[in-house]
Amino acid sequence: MSTEELNTPGMQVPPELQNQVSITTLNRIYNWSRRNSLWPMMFGLACCAIEMICAAAARYDFARFGFEVMRPSPRQADVMIVSGTVTKKMIPQIVRLYNQMPEPKYVIAMGACASGGGPFKEGYNVVSGVDKFIPVDVYIPGCPPTPQALLNGMITLQKKVDNESLKEVRWYKKGASEPIPVPVLGPDLMDPRKFGLIKEESQKMLEQQQMPGTGPAAEEAPAV
Amino acid sequence: MNGLGIIRGLGVTFKHFFQTYLEDLRAGKGRYFTEEGVQARSRADQKGLFTVQYPEEKLPVPEEFRYNPFLVYDEGPNGEQNLRCTSCGICAKACPPQCIWIVRSDDPVTGRPVPVPAEFYIDIDICMNCGSCAEFCPFDAIKMDHEYEIASYDRIAHHIYDKAKLSKSAQYYATIRPTNAAREDAERAAKEAAKAAKAAERPVRKIGPENAN
Amino acid sequence: MTDSMILTDVSDIAARYPEWITADGRPGYSGYIVAADHLLEFCRMVRDDLDYDLLSMVAGVDYITENMMEVVYYVYKTTGGGALVFKVQTPRDNPVVPSIFPIYPGAELQEREIYDLFGINFEGHPDLRRIFLWEGFAGHPMRKDWKEPYYEEELKPFKSRWPQGHVYRAEDELTPLKDNVQFPAGFDPYDWEAEGEQMLYAQLRKLQNAGDEELKTDRMIVNLGPQHPSTHGVFRMAALIEGEQVVELKPVVGYLHRNHEKIGERNTWQQNMPFTDRLDYISSISNNFGYVLAVEKLMNVKPPERAEYLRVLFAELTRLSNHLMAVGFLLNDLGAYFTPALYGLEERELILDIFEIVTGSRMMCNYMRFGGVVRDLPEGSYEKIRDLAFDRLPRKIDDIDAYLTGNEIVRVRCEGIGVLTAEEAIKYSLTGPNLRASGVPYDIRRADPYSIYDRFDFDVVVRYHGDVYDRYLVRLEEMRQSIRIIQQALKAIPEGPIMTGKSAYQVRVPAGEAYGRVEGPKGELGFYVISNGKGNPYRYHVRAPSFINLHGLAPMSRGGKIADVVVNLGALDIVLGEIDR
Ligand code: SF4
Ligand code: SF4
Ligand code: SF4
Repeated sequence: MSTEELNTPGMQVPPELQNQVSITTLNRIYNWSRRNSLWPMMFGLACCAIEMICAAAARYDFARFGFEVMRPSPRQADVMIVSGTVTKKMIPQIVRLYNQMPEPKYVIAMGACASGGGPFKEGYNVVSGVDKFIPVDVYIPGCPPTPQALLNGMITLQKKVDNESLKEVRWYKKGASEPIPVPVLGPDLMDPRKFGLIKEESQKMLEQQQMPGTGPAAEEAPAV
Repeated sequence: MNGLGIIRGLGVTFKHFFQTYLEDLRAGKGRYFTEEGVQARSRADQKGLFTVQYPEEKLPVPEEFRYNPFLVYDEGPNGEQNLRCTSCGICAKACPPQCIWIVRSDDPVTGRPVPVPAEFYIDIDICMNCGSCAEFCPFDAIKMDHEYEIASYDRIAHHIYDKAKLSKSAQYYATIRPTNAAREDAERAAKEAAKAAKAAERPVRKIGPENAN
Repeated sequence: MTDSMILTDVSDIAARYPEWITADGRPGYSGYIVAADHLLEFCRMVRDDLDYDLLSMVAGVDYITENMMEVVYYVYKTTGGGALVFKVQTPRDNPVVPSIFPIYPGAELQEREIYDLFGINFEGHPDLRRIFLWEGFAGHPMRKDWKEPYYEEELKPFKSRWPQGHVYRAEDELTPLKDNVQFPAGFDPYDWEAEGEQMLYAQLRKLQNAGDEELKTDRMIVNLGPQHPSTHGVFRMAALIEGEQVVELKPVVGYLHRNHEKIGERNTWQQNMPFTDRLDYISSISNNFGYVLAVEKLMNVKPPERAEYLRVLFAELTRLSNHLMAVGFLLNDLGAYFTPALYGLEERELILDIFEIVTGSRMMCNYMRFGGVVRDLPEGSYEKIRDLAFDRLPRKIDDIDAYLTGNEIVRVRCEGIGVLTAEEAIKYSLTGPNLRASGVPYDIRRADPYSIYDRFDFDVVVRYHGDVYDRYLVRLEEMRQSIRIIQQALKAIPEGPIMTGKSAYQVRVPAGEAYGRVEGPKGELGFYVISNGKGNPYRYHVRAPSFINLHGLAPMSRGGKIADVVVNLGALDIVLGEIDR
């Protein structure tokens, strides 16, 4: 990485010193070093994972950006690339993995499926986007995004990292970051944050069924 | 002998390794960061280093490459954008994950449908880039884009494309898919000519929204 | 051919046991209907007397209007020829069918799938648990009256899309919970006790206490996956181990269950095509191929000559790209971290370039249509394929051969590992390179030729040890054979149209059932479709080779080291999109 990027604009370094000295802000050097060593987690879900592997392989080689090593353990990873369809059976594990990643951590939703459900969205076992459970930093549309599109997404993430400020980042705020409650597999996927709502709705449905003259519960949803 | 197989195998990797330098010497400067260089490195006789250094050099996408769809408009004489789409709804019916929503416009006076879409939405978080819409559209109105650098920070706000975001000019289409565009233009011109010839044969009496534009 | 095969059998066996075998007389259907209480007897006869030794497919069908469920079986002979089809019917309110596991152990996972998705009970099944969904899931989704949370309409295309398209996100409007979930009326999540996979562990615990009495060794249960660097995706294995040795192993799948079949039955026939790409996403064109064959059988259309050649050409390119990847990643699993995989991927990239030029996408090719293919070779692509097939690929495969085959480490790690005998491989319904590595020369391209494979000159690759090394050798040699086919196809490809008729976005398919199968890169890839004469398939089932090949994993791994499990898995060459669908 060239020194220009490390130097904070407006601070002049004499030309003869340019290869030895950089003048920069703490923020900038902090972000600069982080953005160039974002280690993704070795974690593939579906078809998009194959394109992710291709992006890691010889032709696209994302090691050039410092996404050097794919880490099989979440404890050593900075970025989770959610590459593929997120199913209800898998989401508890994904949330757990996310909770195990140390801060600072980022999530890239690769492909239509991870972003918003994708072509299989209507399916009964598919989560409509991983951002329903974990916060996503960058979305890459496409089905599948080509390796170049993935690289573009990763560069987009680097830009985001560039603009962060030490004062504002969440991991230096007071109070440890709360883990995200792990979803539970019940008669259907249950988000612990929504237990109250689930109970309320099921109760409503029961009442409706007991009341004579009303239709089945399915009609509750606004038919479009 | 034990180990011979490993040594022979390592020979293959060494060959691979040195070839990069030999090729670099042979091809000189043009090997990197030039269009020809990229192309030479994706041919069947490619040797040595295989990496394409995105984003400085980009692997060109072929004409048929498909990413998300877009709507083609023809530029009118006053710069207005006349979408080719007639809101016939075929793409919405053909779309496998059903991610196209079209609102047909009605003539405010007669209440009859007019062949322009009032609204056109595609949810690219569902779209599977399959190309069915482009394949079955009878008016060459929807085509598959080549633009893949569209990563975003926010999907709720940006990932349902509306008519404005989907519209792209026919010139743009002709630049990304020159042979297809030329062929389709020729076909359309031939069809129009045939129609005109037919119309000339017998007097037209039809009055309707079709003739209004 | 297929039909005459079935006919001789009809006159033969239906006459022998008129009380419990009847020919299936519904228009467009074939095979027999067997009375449920005689099913085992029938199967034994089919296997032992008639020599139909390979159980290929088991599928459930829900005939809701007849208030009846059906289980369909397709069996083949490994010596070649057409299928013997038989069916068992059972009432919908209390569906019970005897398990054919004792006769065809290759039915184990398939019966579990039907139990999971249709709720049919298989009596006598050794391990009847849910497979794709989890214990406790409400309902059996493939039943015709089961509706998913995002249910909109029975069939596509949906009316809300046009002409008054009301755009929305499904989670915002279709369910009150603003999520893709639904719960039974009166359900209270606070009272819910998760099953916690007790049933899975109970199966393994049965063996846990049978450890060595003298040494008092402990047996413990180890889970590999679903997030594990070596499991090729979201695959999980629950292993019972004693020291380093595997005592028992259960594959746990369903982490990528994307409801392919349920969605497929809402889709129109044509809409399913791009979805098939996403089954075995490494070899999408083979999936297209199997699907068009099935539907073309029903529609009774034949593609023109040039299209047939193009199909074969691309199916073989797909096989090449798949095997390149399989060989590379097998070495990854051995611990040869990434270099062989990178070499494999490098060649694969060049093949993908061709896919991209011709079909528009590197992976999701969506290339075939009923009655042809979607696009002819654009300018310059013929030369590209020619350069690859005649020059580069043969050279590179020799390179890989020189690099790996003689490598002592590879040999030590692979030879004698994960052995399956020919009998076992057939018993567990393995197909593809895994079966051929065990010494059974069964390749559908030869055994029951489809398309124009009977015109090409190629060898069916067989090896006889049935171990991991032979599986690797079979794949390597198959690549060479694929190149031979490509070379012949390139020389012989005629000019001409690429479609019979015009491809339409909605086709009507005559009523009936059909099973189309191809020799996919991973094994027999079959599509079982039932049409009721409308625009959407009534039943759409995929016989996924990776899924059924999983039967082999436990027998391969039992008694071996835990480290070899990973190698066995790599040698089976699975892909999760196809296993879980
Ligand atoms: S976005 Fe498309 S390619 Fe990616 S996982 Fe989903 S279906 Fe597969
Ligand atoms: S894009 Fe084409 S197919 Fe779709 S509504 Fe417009 S004209 Fe019809
Ligand atoms: S590309 Fe396919 S999925 Fe996307 S809008 Fe077109 S038809 Fe629908």
